[in-house]
Amino acid sequence: MISYIVRRIMYAVPILIGVNVITFMLFFVVNTPDDMARMHLGMKRVTPEAIEKWKEERGYDKPVVWNAEANAVEKITDTIFFENSVKLFVFDFGQSDDGRDISHDISQRMWPSLAIALPGLIVGLLVYITVGLTLSFFRATYIDVSGVILCVIMMSISSMFYIIGGQVLIGKFLQLAPISGYDTGLNAVKFLVLPVLVGLIGGIGSTSRWYRTIFLEEINKDYVRTARAKGLSEVRVLYQHVFRNALIPILTGVVVLLPMLFMGSLVTESFFAIPGLGSYTIDAINAQDFAIVRSMVFLGSVLYIIGLILTDISYTFVDPRVRLD
Amino acid sequence: MSLSGKVIATLSLAIVLCTACSDSAWNNPYPDSDANSNIYYDTFSERPKHLDPVSSYSANEYVFLGQVYEPPLQYHFLKRPYELVPLTAEQVPVASYYDAEGNLLADDAEPDVIHRAVYRISIKPGIRYQPHPAFAKSADGNYLYHDLNPRKLEDIHALSDFNSAGSRELTAQDYAYQIKRMAHPKVHSPIAGLMEKYILGLDELAKTLSEVDADKQFINLNDYDLSGVNVIDEYTFEITLKEKYPQFRYWLSMSFFAPMPWEADYFYSQSGMEDKNITLDWYPVGTGPFMLSENNPNRRMVLERNPNFRGELYPAEGEAGDKQAGLLEDAGKPMPFIDKAIYSLEKESIPAWNKFLQGYYDTSGIVSDSFDQAVTFNTQGDAELTEEMQSKDIRLLTAVQTSTFYMGFNMADDVIGGDSERARLLRRAIAIAVDYEEYISIFANGRGQPSQGPIPPGIFGYIEGEPGINPYVYDWNNGKAVRKDIRIAKTLMEQAGYPNGRNKDTGQPLVLNLDSPAAGPGSKASFDWLRKQYAKLGINLVIRATDYNRFQEKMRKGTAQIFQWGWNADYPDPENFFFLLYGPNSKIEHNGENAANYQNEEFDRLFNQMKSMDNGPERQEVINQMVEVVRRDSPWLWGFHPVGFSLHHDWYKNAKPNLMANNKLKYKRIDPELRSTKQQHWNKPILWPIVIAFVLLALLLAPAYFSYRRKETRSVL
Amino acid sequence: MPVIFITDALVFLLLTMICGFIIYARQHEHLRAPWREVAKRPLAMSAAVVLMLYIAIGILDSLHFHPKLDEPDKNGNSVYSTEIISVLDKLLVNLIESTESTYSAPFSAYAYVKESIETEDGNKIRDYPRLKYAGAHLINPEQERTPDIVFRTTLGAVIGLLFSCFIFLIFIILQARRLHVNIMTIAKRIYSNKFDVPWYAVLLTIAVLIVVFNIIFQLSGHYHVLGTDKVGQDVMYQAIKSIRTGLVIGTLTTLVMLPFAILMGLMAGYFRGWVDDVIQYIYTTLNSIPGVLLIAASILLLQVYMTKHEADFTSLAERADLRLLFLCIILGIMSWTGLCRMLRAETLKLREMDYVQAAQAFGVGNFSIMMRHLLPNVMHIVMISIVLDFSGLVLAEAVLSYINIGVDPSMNSWGNMINSARLEMAREPVVWWSLAAAFVFMFLLVLAANLFSDAVRDAFDPRLRGI
Repeated sequence: MISYIVRRIMYAVPILIGVNVITFMLFFVVNTPDDMARMHLGMKRVTPEAIEKWKEERGYDKPVVWNAEANAVEKITDTIFFENSVKLFVFDFGQSDDGRDISHDISQRMWPSLAIALPGLIVGLLVYITVGLTLSFFRATYIDVSGVILCVIMMSISSMFYIIGGQVLIGKFLQLAPISGYDTGLNAVKFLVLPVLVGLIGGIGSTSRWYRTIFLEEINKDYVRTARAKGLSEVRVLYQHVFRNALIPILTGVVVLLPMLFMGSLVTESFFAIPGLGSYTIDAINAQDFAIVRSMVFLGSVLYIIGLILTDISYTFVDPRVRLD
Repeated sequence: MSLSGKVIATLSLAIVLCTACSDSAWNNPYPDSDANSNIYYDTFSERPKHLDPVSSYSANEYVFLGQVYEPPLQYHFLKRPYELVPLTAEQVPVASYYDAEGNLLADDAEPDVIHRAVYRISIKPGIRYQPHPAFAKSADGNYLYHDLNPRKLEDIHALSDFNSAGSRELTAQDYAYQIKRMAHPKVHSPIAGLMEKYILGLDELAKTLSEVDADKQFINLNDYDLSGVNVIDEYTFEITLKEKYPQFRYWLSMSFFAPMPWEADYFYSQSGMEDKNITLDWYPVGTGPFMLSENNPNRRMVLERNPNFRGELYPAEGEAGDKQAGLLEDAGKPMPFIDKAIYSLEKESIPAWNKFLQGYYDTSGIVSDSFDQAVTFNTQGDAELTEEMQSKDIRLLTAVQTSTFYMGFNMADDVIGGDSERARLLRRAIAIAVDYEEYISIFANGRGQPSQGPIPPGIFGYIEGEPGINPYVYDWNNGKAVRKDIRIAKTLMEQAGYPNGRNKDTGQPLVLNLDSPAAGPGSKASFDWLRKQYAKLGINLVIRATDYNRFQEKMRKGTAQIFQWGWNADYPDPENFFFLLYGPNSKIEHNGENAANYQNEEFDRLFNQMKSMDNGPERQEVINQMVEVVRRDSPWLWGFHPVGFSLHHDWYKNAKPNLMANNKLKYKRIDPELRSTKQQHWNKPILWPIVIAFVLLALLLAPAYFSYRRKETRSVL
Repeated sequence: MPVIFITDALVFLLLTMICGFIIYARQHEHLRAPWREVAKRPLAMSAAVVLMLYIAIGILDSLHFHPKLDEPDKNGNSVYSTEIISVLDKLLVNLIESTESTYSAPFSAYAYVKESIETEDGNKIRDYPRLKYAGAHLINPEQERTPDIVFRTTLGAVIGLLFSCFIFLIFIILQARRLHVNIMTIAKRIYSNKFDVPWYAVLLTIAVLIVVFNIIFQLSGHYHVLGTDKVGQDVMYQAIKSIRTGLVIGTLTTLVMLPFAILMGLMAGYFRGWVDDVIQYIYTTLNSIPGVLLIAASILLLQVYMTKHEADFTSLAERADLRLLFLCIILGIMSWTGLCRMLRAETLKLREMDYVQAAQAFGVGNFSIMMRHLLPNVMHIVMISIVLDFSGLVLAEAVLSYINIGVDPSMNSWGNMINSARLEMAREPVVWWSLAAAFVFMFLLVLAANLFSDAVRDAFDPRLRGI
C-alpha cells in the first residue's frame, strides 16, 4: 500500500513538470515581463526606465530558458523559467504581480472556499441521494417519470440563472439572507445559506438523475431479486442492499472531488463576493496577474492528482477485492 | 413523511434556527453587536495595489491613503472654486523666484529669467504619528523592533501581532525623507520622472542611489543630500525648483508629499518582513485622523480613529448655501466624528446597490442600470429622486467631474491622422456623426455633459454658454448647443473625398478600426452603438477588443487607429488637460500621455506660454487660442465630462461633493441610532412564500406517500 | 460575393460527415437497429424536430457573403460592402432595421425610459416617447394595441393551423402512396400510434412550431416580440443569431477533438506498453490543468496573435469567428481526454476478442485492424459522448462569457446576452426580456438535446436498456 502511494507520487512528478511547461509557455507568450511591469507600475506616467528597473529587480531580465552566458549548471538555473517554475514544486509561489505573497493569500483564501464547498457537498449528497432513492423507489410510476423530466428540465437551465434568480428572489424580495458578502467564524453561516442553497438546486437535476441510474442498476442485480424473493420489504431491500452497494460508486466519485473543494467555485464565489480561491482566480484572470494564475494551475493539478490517488485508495476500503500493488 | 421531506424540514429548521436567534434583520451582513456603533460603512470594488504614498497614484487607493497620510496642504472642504488651505503646514507657501545670480525676483517676473523657485514650508508643531511598532522603544530607549530577522518573525503574520507601539512628533525631516524616496531605486514613484524635471538635484540623487549596493536592505536617505530640499529646523523646510512651476503647490496636497518617518522605512525593510507582506505597501504609517487597522483586500478594509490625532477643527466657513444645507452645523468642532470606517469588498454592482437600499451601506453611487429606480428628471430636466428613494429619505448629490472621456484619433495614422485637409475634414465629419448626447442618455442615463473642448467645467479656462461651444460640431440654437445635422457631416465627407463613406477614386467603402480594452457586460452594447454612429457616414467601423496590456502596447507603438480613453484631473489647472495634447508628450516618440500623438507647433508654443501663467484674462486669452487650434484639428472627439451622482442615507451628514480632496472621511458624521431603526424597519423577512413552497412540496409528495403505504401493506407476490 | 469562414467550412464538413454516416448506417444493421430504437420514442422525436429547426437556422446563419452595394463604382463594376452578413441576416432584415434608440418592453409601443419630448405647442414634457418602429401603425396605442395584438395572434394561429393541416395532408398522402392504403387508414394509424415511429408526436411538434412561427411572423413586423436591448436592437434577433454560436460550440468542439480522441484511445488500448504510457501521460497532464485557466490563457494567446497580425483580420466578423474557432479547439483539447479514456478501456477489452486475435494471426496490419475491427465496435461510445457533450458545451459558453473568456464580446451569444442582462435585473422596473429570451432559446435547445441524447444513450448502451 505505502509503496503504491509512493510510486503514484513519483509518477505525479513528470505530470506536474508537464503542467508547468505548458502553463509557462502559454503565459509567457501572452504576458511578457514588459506587460507585467506595466501592470504593476500603474497606468499614469510610466517611463521605460522604470520598467527596466522593475524587470531587473524581479529577475525578469534574464533569458527565458537557456542562459548562454552563465556557466555550467547556471545555464539552466539562471533563467526565468527555472526561477519561476521550479520553486512551485516546493509550493513557493513567490509574489503576485502586485507584490503580494501568493502562498499567504492562498492559505487565507482556501478557508472561505472550503466553508462554502463542504456544506454544499454534504447537504448536496444528502438531498441528491434522497431524491435519487425516492425516484428509484417509485420507478416506472408517474412520480418517477415526472421526477426525471423535472430533472432534465432543471439540468437544462444554465447555472447563471439559478444564481441570478436566487439572489433576486431570496436576497432582494424576501430579504431572508444577505445578498452577498462573507464574514469569519460563526457569522459566516448567514452568508453561506444562499450560495449553498443555489448550488444545491443547481445540481439537483443532473446529480439526482445520475444517482437514480446508479440505484436502478443496482436494483436490477440478481442479489436484490434474491433478497426480495426472501420476502424482505421493498424499503429494507432499498436501504440494506441497494443503498449500501450503490454508495460505493457515489462515494468514490466524491473522493476525487474532495481535494478540489479547496479550489472553490469560480462563478459562485465571485457572484456572492466570497473571498475564496475561486474569486481569487477570476480576479487574477481579469487583472491578468499570471503569477497567481500559474500558481493556481499548479495547485489545481496537484489537488487533482491527490484526488486520483485518494480514489484508488478508497477503492481498497470499500471493496476488499481491490488490491493496490 | 418521506425521507426527502424530512431532510428538507430539518434543513429549513436549521436555517431558521441559525438566523432567527438574533432579533436584528436576517440579512444584516454585520455582527449584531455593532448595530449602534459609530461606524461608517462603505464599499470598495478593487483591491488597492499600493498603499505606499510615494507610489500610489489611483483614486481607489486614495480612499484609504488620504485618511492616513497628511501632506502639507489640502483642499478646502466646502469652498468653490477649489482652494488650497494648510493641513500640516502653517500656511500655504508662496514661491520666491531667483535669477541665475541668486537675486530675488518679483513675483511677476518673466519665466525665462527665473532660475530657481523656492517654496518654504513650515509645519505646525505638536503633530504626532499614529501608534506604530516602528516607533516602539524599550525602557532604556532602544527601538524594540529594529533588529528583527525571519526567526523572530515566526509568529508574526500581520502588523497587529506586534505587542508594543510607540509614536513621535512629526518633523520637517520626515517630509524631506519622503521627497528623497522618489529617487529611491526600489520604490517606483510614478511621478519621479516628472519631479526630476523640476526639483533641484533629484535626478542626481537618483543616480547616486542607484549606485548604492543593490543587495542592501535599507538605505537611510537621511545620509544623502538632496540639494533641492533643505531642512531649516525641526519644523521648517524648503523645496527648490529649477524653473517656475505654479502647479507645484497642487502637488503639495497629494500624498506623494506626505511625511515618511525613517523609523518606519527601516522597520519595514528588515529581512523577513516582505515575505510576510508586512510592507509599507500594506500598512501605512501616518499622522492623519485615521489609521488602517485591518488590511484584508479580499474582504474588507478598516480604518480606525488615530488616538494621537491632534483634533483638527471642522471648517467654519463655506460657500453660499452651505449653511442652509446644514453643512456648517459642525463648524468649529474637533474632527473626526466617526470612530471606525469599514469598507467591504463589492465587485458586483447589483448586490452593492441592494445592500445600500437595505440600509447596510451609508452611501452609494448609481450604476447605469439602477439609475431609473433612483432618479427621474423633472420637466425642467433637473434630476430628482424617485418616490421610492424619497420615502426612504435618501439624498442625492450631483457634481460635474473634473475628468473627460474622449475618443482619440492616432495622428500618426495614414488614413485618419496627419495634418492634411482631407483627414481633418474626415475627423470633423466623424465628430458631428458620433452623437454623444445619445451616448450620454443611453449609457450614462444623462449623467454627462458633452465636451466642447479638452477642459471640463470647474477648471480655469472653461467657458460656459454660447462663446464656449465648439463651432465645428455645434450650433447655438434656442439658448443651447445643438449638434450639427448629419447632412453637414456628409458634405464634409464628400469634401474629404469619401462620398457616402466610399473612396471616390476606388469606390471602396472606408473601413476604420477602433481599439478598445473594454470587455465584459455592457461593452457589446456600446460597440454596437459606436458602429451605428460611424455607419451614419457609411464608414464600416471594426472594433478590435483586446485586453488592457495589448491595448497599451498598441498605443505605445502607435498601431491603433481610433481609441477611447479618459483623463481624470490631478489638480484643478488647465495645464493638466492640455498636456495630453502637447507634442513633446507624444506616446510613440516620448512615451508620454499624448496618446493621440498630436503635434502642432502653434499649440506647443502656446502651451509653454500658458503653463507658467497665473490665472487671469491673459491666460484665458491664450487658452482660447489653444482650444481653437485643437478644435480645428480635432485630434479627439471631445466626448463628454461625466456628472457624478451619489446617494446617501439621511443618517449620513456633512456630505458635499469634493472632487479634489482625498481626505474627506474626517468631515463625515453619522447617526447610528437612526440607521439601526431604519435597517430593522426595512428588512423584515418575508416568510410566506417559503411556507407556500413547503405546502406545495408536501402536496406533491402526498400521493407518493400514499402509494408507498399501499405498497407496504400489499403482500409480496 | 460569398465568404466562407473557417467555422462555416467546418460546419459544412460536419454536415457532410453526418450525411455520410447516415448513408453508412442505413447499410449496416447493427447501426440501424439502435437508431430505430431512438425513433420509437415520442419525446425523442419531438426533440429531434426542435433540434432540426435550430440546425436549419444555424445553417442559414452559416452562409456568409458580402452584400452588394447599391451603386457601382465609376467603371460600372459592382462594389461589395466590406461588411459580412449571412443569409439569415437577409431574412431577418426587418428585425435588424427596426432598431429603436434604447430599451423597450415586449409588445410595447413606447420606450422604456422617459425622455423630454417637445409637444406641439413647444412645451417640454418628460414622458415615454413612442417607438420608431414598434406599434408605429397605431394611432392611439392605449386602446388599439391589445385588439391589434389579439387580432394578429389569431391571424397567425389560423394561418399556422391551416399550414400545418396542409403539411399533415401531404404527409398522409405520401405515406398512403408508399404503403398503398387509403388516406383514412393512414390518418387513423397515425392517430392511434400504430406506426413504429410516433408520427403523431412529430406532426404535433411541427404544428406547434409552425403556429408559433406564424404568430411571431405576424407580430414581429409591427412589434418587438421580445423587446429591445440597451441600444435598441431587437432582442429576438439577437437570440436567433445566438443559435449558430451555441450550435457551433456544441458540435465543432467535438468534431475538432474527435480524430485525436479516437486515434489516441485506440492506439493506447491496442498497442499498450509505452504507447499507452505516453498517451496516458498526455491526457492526465491535460486533465489536471484546471480548464478555465487553460481557456483563459489560450484566449489571451489568441489576442496576442491577432494584435501581431492586425492586417489579416479586417472585419469584425472574421475576428469574432476566429475567436469562436479557437474556443472550440481549446474546449476540444480539454474534453477529448474523457472520450479517449473510455475508448482506451473499451479497446483493451476488444483486443482480446477472438476476431481481433484471428486478424492478428492472419498478419493483418495494425492500422487496418484498428480501423476495420476496433473502430466500428467503439462507435457507439463515440456517438453517446457526442450527444451527451453537446448540451454541456452550450451551457459552458454562458459561464465562460461571464469570465470574459468566452466568445468575442461583439458576437451574438446567449452567454453574452445573460452577461449583460445580469446588470439589467437591477433596474426598476426590471428589464427581464433579454434574460428571458436567452433563457427560453437556450433552454429549448439544451432540453431538446438532453431528451434526444437520453434516447440515443439508451439505444446504444445495452447495459442501460430497459431501465
